[in-house]
Amino acid sequence: MSDLGSRPCADAYNFAYLDEQTKRRIRRAILKGIAVPGYQVPFASREMPMPYGWGTGGVQVTAACLVPEDRLKVIDQGADDTTNAVSIRRFFQRTAGVATTEATVIQTRHRIPETPLTDGQILVYQVPIPEPLRFLEPRETETRKMHELEEYGLMHVKLYEDIARHGQIATSYAYPVKVEGRYVMDPSPIPKFDNPKLSGNPAIQLFGAGREQRIYALPPWTETVSLDFDDHPFRTSKAPHDCDLCGAPNSYLDEVITDDASGRMFVCSDTDFCTGRRAGGHIGRLGEAA
Amino acid sequence: MSLHSTEFSQKVHAPDQPLLQVEGLTKRYGPRIGCADVSFDLYPGEVLGIVGESGSGKSTLLSCLAGHQRPDLGRIAYDGRDMLAMSETDRRRLSRTDWAYVHQNPRDGLRMGVSAGGNVGERLMAVGARHYGQIRGKAVDWLGRVEIAADRVDDRPSAFSGGMQQRLQIARNLVTSPRLVFMDEPTGGLDVSVQARLLDLLRGLVRDLGLSVIIVTHDLAVVRLLAHRLMVMKSGRVVEQGLTDQVLDDPQHAYTQLLVSSVLQV
Repeated sequence: MSDLGSRPCADAYNFAYLDEQTKRRIRRAILKGIAVPGYQVPFASREMPMPYGWGTGGVQVTAACLVPEDRLKVIDQGADDTTNAVSIRRFFQRTAGVATTEATVIQTRHRIPETPLTDGQILVYQVPIPEPLRFLEPRETETRKMHELEEYGLMHVKLYEDIARHGQIATSYAYPVKVEGRYVMDPSPIPKFDNPKLSGNPAIQLFGAGREQRIYALPPWTETVSLDFDDHPFRTSKAPHDCDLCGAPNSYLDEVITDDASGRMFVCSDTDFCTGRRAGGHIGRLGEAA
Repeated sequence: MSLHSTEFSQKVHAPDQPLLQVEGLTKRYGPRIGCADVSFDLYPGEVLGIVGESGSGKSTLLSCLAGHQRPDLGRIAYDGRDMLAMSETDRRRLSRTDWAYVHQNPRDGLRMGVSAGGNVGERLMAVGARHYGQIRGKAVDWLGRVEIAADRVDDRPSAFSGGMQQRLQIARNLVTSPRLVFMDEPTGGLDVSVQARLLDLLRGLVRDLGLSVIIVTHDLAVVRLLAHRLMVMKSGRVVEQGLTDQVLDDPQHAYTQLLVSSVLQV
């Protein structure tokens, strides 16, 4: 291996922080995850130069997927400009040097972008706890057995408890879905508003959990069903307002406290979507023309 | 889950066929014997008591029968099906529909962080019930049958007394109308008046639902009240078996005589 070839090839070797052997391991896990949608594939998670809980799983999956031609977008709670998104984007700018607009790979924490994803895109989720049954059944051996034998009654016990206590299914994020009628999956802590977007999505959706060392995936056009009861069907929820900046009626909203006299505004949590609409001339209640 | 709505309806059973057949069941823990060469038949609607001192192999036998442990030798047939050759999927399905297991300590058998209604409803949801109103209705109905007030349905078991927890565990187990119930010292750790009420309740349920029960206990009064037949175990072996009254009133084996004469009289 004395001749590493021409420049692009040399650059592509050990591209984006991880070494080739590690990427190979992660890619194998990703392929297995795509072959068995919703199944949690164990993988040898590496230490990353950031703390657990900051997206180490997502970063590894992203690094394993990135090639020099890619354009990476990183969002945190829907926003492109919050701490986590900025630091991860900088990390890849330094280690990979890819442009970050018009993304082919999107790493996200807790949201699916409002703009519909398209064929050829990869959406990478950061997952804190991949096991949907974890808080009901603490034993890993037992939860794996339950997945194996499709024993998912316990998941409904959780929803039952919600209704018994709150009169409705109060789970509002990390809402469990059943993938292609087989595995029950935790879609990472996205709001249940985003759950319908998981199903039949043309993009590849990859989920990486660094501390828990699990990768799972939804290939394009996978069907997912949010669990519910016949007499308490699944409903999405959002703040009953329009965006105060761009006037969008059906995007997911953040509530922002603006003063100490109970002043507040509701703005799109997807900042890129909001900016785009304002640039297109849409103005909300408190917005100014961009 | 279009599971086994059929399984519920397939309860038709010829009463002259044994429900559970056990032959030569042996379980060793290394060189020591857990239980050895146990054989019996259990018929539908029959209550079998297993008594013996601590360490006599009662609990080992029960856990082998219930599928929690795998015996080293022997044969177990439930309803004509070989339990030891059965796939794990089928066995686990059976154990949450057709079977029930009542633990000595209700904390082992209940989900302490889940409300009483959720505890009772769990088995229903596990076999595919997906209608909240019906699940809740059935839970309230079963709480009533075990004498727990309907307004406690949303309380957690940790807010219940020991006797109530035990009754809740029984309701949780019986909600899918099982045919075979395993009980491991169901009255252990309860005071006598609560014990009496629980026994009364159990006797009623067994009679009304036509349950087959295997009950392990060291309390001879419990088997006298509940069991039709009795098996006495010592050092892992069955030393005497027969009709309960016969064994207790006219014990043949020296150990049974000792056991019967050791009961304290008030």
